[in-house]
Amino acid sequence: MTSSTTTQNVLEQPPLVQGGLDFAGVTQTVVGVVESKETPKIWFALFGVSVILLLMLLGMIGHLIWTGVGVWGNNVPVAWGWPIVNFVFWVGIGHAGTLISAILFLFRQGWRTGINRFAEAMTIFAVICAGLFPGIHIGRVWLAYWLFPIPNQMAMWPQFRSPLLWDVFAVSTYFTVSAMFWYLGLVPDLATIRDRATTPIRKLIYGLLALGWRGSARQWHRYERAYLILAALSTPLVLSVHSVVSFDFAVSQIPGWHTTIFPPYFVAGAIFSGFAMVVTLAVPARALFNMKNLITDRHLESMNKVILATGMMVGYAYSIEFFIAWYSGNALERFTFINRAFGWYAWAYWIMVSCNVLAPQVFWFKKMRTNIPVMMVVAILVNVGMWFERFVIVITSLSRDYLPSSWGYFSPTGVDIAMFIGSFGLFFTLFLLFLRFLPMVAVAEVKNVMDQAHPSHH
Amino acid sequence: MNHDATPSNTRSHDWKVHGYVAEYGDVDSLIHACEKVRDAGYTKWDAHSPFPVHGIDDAMGIKPTILPWIVLGGGLTGLLTAFVLQWWTNAIDYPFLISGKPMMSIPAWIPVCFELTVLLSAISAFLSVLVLNVLPALYHPLFNLERFKRATDDKFFVSIEAADPLFHETNTKSLLASTHPAALETCMEETKQAKLPIAFHYVGALATLLTFIPLALIYKARFAKSDAPRVHIVWDMDWQPKYKTQKQAKFTGFADHRTMRQQIPGTVAWGDDPDASPLTTGKDAAGNWINNFPLQVDAQLMARGEERFGIYCAPCHGLDGAGTGTVARRAEQLLAANKAQGWTRPASLVGTLEDARLRRDTPNGELFNTITNGKNTMQGYGGQITPKDRWAIVLYVRALQRAKFLPDADVPPELKDKLAGK
Ligand code: HEC
Repeated sequence: MTSSTTTQNVLEQPPLVQGGLDFAGVTQTVVGVVESKETPKIWFALFGVSVILLLMLLGMIGHLIWTGVGVWGNNVPVAWGWPIVNFVFWVGIGHAGTLISAILFLFRQGWRTGINRFAEAMTIFAVICAGLFPGIHIGRVWLAYWLFPIPNQMAMWPQFRSPLLWDVFAVSTYFTVSAMFWYLGLVPDLATIRDRATTPIRKLIYGLLALGWRGSARQWHRYERAYLILAALSTPLVLSVHSVVSFDFAVSQIPGWHTTIFPPYFVAGAIFSGFAMVVTLAVPARALFNMKNLITDRHLESMNKVILATGMMVGYAYSIEFFIAWYSGNALERFTFINRAFGWYAWAYWIMVSCNVLAPQVFWFKKMRTNIPVMMVVAILVNVGMWFERFVIVITSLSRDYLPSSWGYFSPTGVDIAMFIGSFGLFFTLFLLFLRFLPMVAVAEVKNVMDQAHPSHH
Repeated sequence: MNHDATPSNTRSHDWKVHGYVAEYGDVDSLIHACEKVRDAGYTKWDAHSPFPVHGIDDAMGIKPTILPWIVLGGGLTGLLTAFVLQWWTNAIDYPFLISGKPMMSIPAWIPVCFELTVLLSAISAFLSVLVLNVLPALYHPLFNLERFKRATDDKFFVSIEAADPLFHETNTKSLLASTHPAALETCMEETKQAKLPIAFHYVGALATLLTFIPLALIYKARFAKSDAPRVHIVWDMDWQPKYKTQKQAKFTGFADHRTMRQQIPGTVAWGDDPDASPLTTGKDAAGNWINNFPLQVDAQLMARGEERFGIYCAPCHGLDGAGTGTVARRAEQLLAANKAQGWTRPASLVGTLEDARLRRDTPNGELFNTITNGKNTMQGYGGQITPKDRWAIVLYVRALQRAKFLPDADVPPELKDKLAGK
């Protein structure tokens, strides 16, 4: 069976598990990857590159801590620079994972099971990359614990009315909840690996991680309850996280930042970029590890539809921002937006618009939505475009705000660039380890949406 | 290990029956079997499947779990914690005034309240699954069955425990057999739990002891007194690349390499009188020390002098001017302990009965000059104290000197009583 079923009935969709797999076949497809003695050569190549980039990142962080934040291009008036651009970029990518695992779960979208594990892993690793940047942006990293309300000898407390502090709470909550959600989902699959293990080491490690899961109906009952609740909690959480990130901007007084559209606009952008990242990762991963029966063309097509929809939302936000700038009658707002499109950073603005608004338009056509090279190109363009969106927001507004006497052009330093590239090293190192050593598809959940899983007399 | 209904390779007193386990190939048979076992009235039994089977809760008669209520409790705790935390820290303990918002600015607290509600709900959901499911439980008798390994892959099982009050060696077995299982086995469990190797106890005890070390160190650091300077791991702004007084400047900008710069000719220091006058030099036109005061002497000037003396002079010379201020006493201690050398005692400004040099033979102008430019090893304070304040200090020093050797007759009567009372 392939997805090219030209069915008369438009409602009839290709099955989520293909290749005629039964339960054992699904187990074998996914867990076989973890058990296999042979690692694809390309995995080693990618892992090597990632680790080198990761080492570069660590070196750069060492350099930064030793020398001070002056090694970055940040300076007044653009004191936020790339670290914050990168932070928003990474944290946004994470959002698709939670969306897929939580929101689609609540909407009973069976197709999420093929990609949710994968996307949740992406969330966790992206949030790690995201947390890194504000962490080192504070300058004196050894005082990072000041961000948290810990009683101290200075008798001082954090300022709870600041969006930056809300961010600390939002991002750390997001990471903790995502990690728990992910691990809870992993437990039954880890038990599967434990029970199939042939070597004592694998038995020990996966046995410990599986916590002694026995797949008992009484256990499943509570498990499903907890899973549903975690999904229900993650849904408002994911919306809150990027809203709070947008408050970092919207609550300030800078023209171009101080707008009420920011929270929904940021959330839509986050989901947009996150789905693009899932496609970017899923397409090569499913080819590399033979997962085409579980991560099917139908999954990819659904994700491309989400990309198209959220891309339109982002495009709408871009235009409404302009409209409001004009409609507000505020000279500074007007100037800021004209400056965005035609000022020093016009090139970045137009990269953003073409990548985020124009590129996804090809997904109106089913041919394009299901064409692998096309979707890879579009997904990568969207990733690029969404990085530029954050660049445009952070840099253009700061470089020219109120007083022309305090305007200044921002340019990154080599350290800025190396750190951003290095953050991909961190992300891919973790991600490749995940692909190799953990079940990349939620085995138990996939079995759950198969036809054989439904009792016939009910 | 495969323990069949009659385990031949295990001695009977080591093993006992844990229960019967039936295996099924598909969901339908599992559901049927569950309904049968449920209707037979068993309580200590369970079904096992690689994924949550729809409708099995009804088929088994599982009651809804209390887990959601625990989560609700966790969420409310989070909400309350966040509210109290923000209110206490920002409105009570360390009141923050931010852009004129009220101390109790509830709208600004919503995000953190929300996040902590979600966080604690999620943590309680996660922990409840583990606790209510009695996990982690790395060992279970069912794991003794080779067959049971497929419970996490593609097979379905029903297990009835021997601990169930209805359990009967043959009846239970025939009940399960009547559900047409693909296989039916007896699950054995060891009567005695294997003892933990003794090494684990030692390691555990050692690990427990070791955890006290950091606690003890923290306790010591907080409550013990120490002469050693605080350990600086990161120096922050306590260390800055800068030149200090009395040091040689390495860089070429200063030809004379002095870090302490001389006053540039023709400039006037802030607060200085540009024209040399008795007020700024302590000398008269002929160049002799003056012995009067070049400004009006009144109680106000005396009070000012007392205050300034307390700040600038008392640390060394003592509040009574006898030369035993805290700095001086500390220096004596270090000298006695052989931890310092080359110390010159601060002079006694009041002298003794015999030694009246500073009291009688030193004119006001000279004292003023000592404060301005310093003398011998004492540095000058001209840069820190304005001329008027310097005269105020001279006045106060004179008062101290007078008070020390005051003839009885000069003591005001009201103070006499006070002194006598002492
Ligand atoms: C850092 C310690 C220190 C401080 C502060 C200090 N002195 Fe002194 N002072 C000394 C020392 C030491 C001597 C003895 C110098 C020597 O003989 O080498 C001295 C000597 C003197 C003398 C005697 C000079 C002489 O003719 O022998 C006078 C008067 C005096 N100080 C006044 C003051 C006054 C007034 C102040 C406050 C503005 C002051 N000192 C602040 C350490 C200090």
